[in-house]
Amino acid sequence: MPSEALIEASGLAVGYDGEAAISAVDFSLAPGERMALLGPNGGGKTTLLRALLGELRPLAGQLRVGARCATVPQTERSQLDYPVSALDVAAMGALSRLPWWRRPGRRERAVASEALHKVGLGDLAGETFGKLSGGQRQRVLIARSLVQDAQILLLDEPFSGLDRPSSEGLEALVDSLAAERRGVMIATHDLEQARRWDSVLCLNRTQVAAGAPEQVLDLAVLEATYGGAIVELPGSDSRAILPPHHH
Amino acid sequence: MFEPLQDEFMRRALAEVTMIGVAAGMLGCWVILYRLSYAAESLAHSIFPGLVLAALAGLPLIVGGIPGILVAALAIATASRIPGVSREVAIGVVVTTLFGLGVLLALSPDSPPGIQEILFGDILGPSDADLIAAVAMAVAVGGVLLVLHGRLLAGGFDPGAARSLGVSPAIVEAALLTLLGAAIVVAVQGLGNLLVVAAFVGPAAAARRLTERIAPMICLAVAIAVLAGVAGLYLSYYAGTAGGASVALAIVALYLLSLPLGRLASAQQGRRAPAGATIG
Repeated sequence: MPSEALIEASGLAVGYDGEAAISAVDFSLAPGERMALLGPNGGGKTTLLRALLGELRPLAGQLRVGARCATVPQTERSQLDYPVSALDVAAMGALSRLPWWRRPGRRERAVASEALHKVGLGDLAGETFGKLSGGQRQRVLIARSLVQDAQILLLDEPFSGLDRPSSEGLEALVDSLAAERRGVMIATHDLEQARRWDSVLCLNRTQVAAGAPEQVLDLAVLEATYGGAIVELPGSDSRAILPPHHH
Repeated sequence: MFEPLQDEFMRRALAEVTMIGVAAGMLGCWVILYRLSYAAESLAHSIFPGLVLAALAGLPLIVGGIPGILVAALAIATASRIPGVSREVAIGVVVTTLFGLGVLLALSPDSPPGIQEILFGDILGPSDADLIAAVAMAVAVGGVLLVLHGRLLAGGFDPGAARSLGVSPAIVEAALLTLLGAAIVVAVQGLGNLLVVAAFVGPAAAARRLTERIAPMICLAVAIAVLAGVAGLYLSYYAGTAGGASVALAIVALYLLSLPLGRLASAQQGRRAPAGATIG
């Protein structure tokens, strides 16, 4: 493993109430690396992300997270009728560096405003968060992680429900974050997208495969990762992953 | 207009409803945003036997209210650990049991006259100690909410991601519930056990209809709570109605008024009326 890795996991098992939800996970994430996290619903993607955030302790193996980690959750998990602006949400990123009795002030809001400009939403800083489009909301949450000064970004299915232009814009933003030597891990169901990134980690309660997409993403790995969720498309040789069930 | 102010008891009552309105308006916004309306009602009802015991012993109500809340919290925690009993069911069973116990104590033939006022409040007769407690409660609620504002906002927005922001949703919610419990213990003297929850839910729910930002929402909720308190007292003075019930009715009236006003504001701003801003 490269010594400068942002994340190093070795023989990692994580779970709940002493029972492993994922096991035998070995991978590393380097600065500037874009890693796709593939797996079916219930395959352990969210469990791994929670472990990386420090919310779950390893049951076995080792996990080293060597830089500040921020999560960009699915925006449907937020209360979309919450009375906050895009700037309010971005400024929440400053809380992790402030003592508990302080709230983001003028200085932190200036940093948040800069972060919103960086993700292309400078003009919408005053807009209500819930009134933004899905892609714009994802950008606001990425701006929040920039305010956190996170070197590792964990994106949980950020492309779900986005139209093509929004999806392409967000993908370009992920590229620019990686170009700044941030490590980006993206849970996704889009195999074509995953093939464009630097590495993939396939999980289905255990690690199925990890490595460069061109070396890892073959039919055997995909079938082991998704099992019955893979279907043959009628009239072609292509295969597709069945859309995920909503929680 | 100024005639009621000639009376000492009305001036004291106005001071009491103003302090309760300030605290309940501020706190109510977080009750709404954290979806704690049911918890607020449960807290109010579960302290009832404690209040009755304090009244029977001739002690200030607050002396019975605080242990009352602790007993309720312990009972709910214990009941929800029983296999097959959900937290919601545990709250329902414990609160109903405690409230029933309180009613048995309050309505027994041996109870002194006037003890039933705990149910409906005595907004027109606050003592010096009640007024001091109301001022202290308003200052404490304002101070704590100001300090915790950033964390409350982040914790309610997305509890799942809050931890990565250095915010513990559990601690923030526990702080909120503690503050709510303390405020209810103080406010229950004026508005009564059955009606006090109206002050902690109605004004904030009305304010939520009218604005999409937290700071104006808090200011509006305080203004609505104080306005409803004053309007309720005037109604009580001129119509001879019960004080606590008049205040509660004024709160409901202002909430109902906020519905068309909220739709009007939404239409003007071309926005969708916010969901979730309902009483209860």
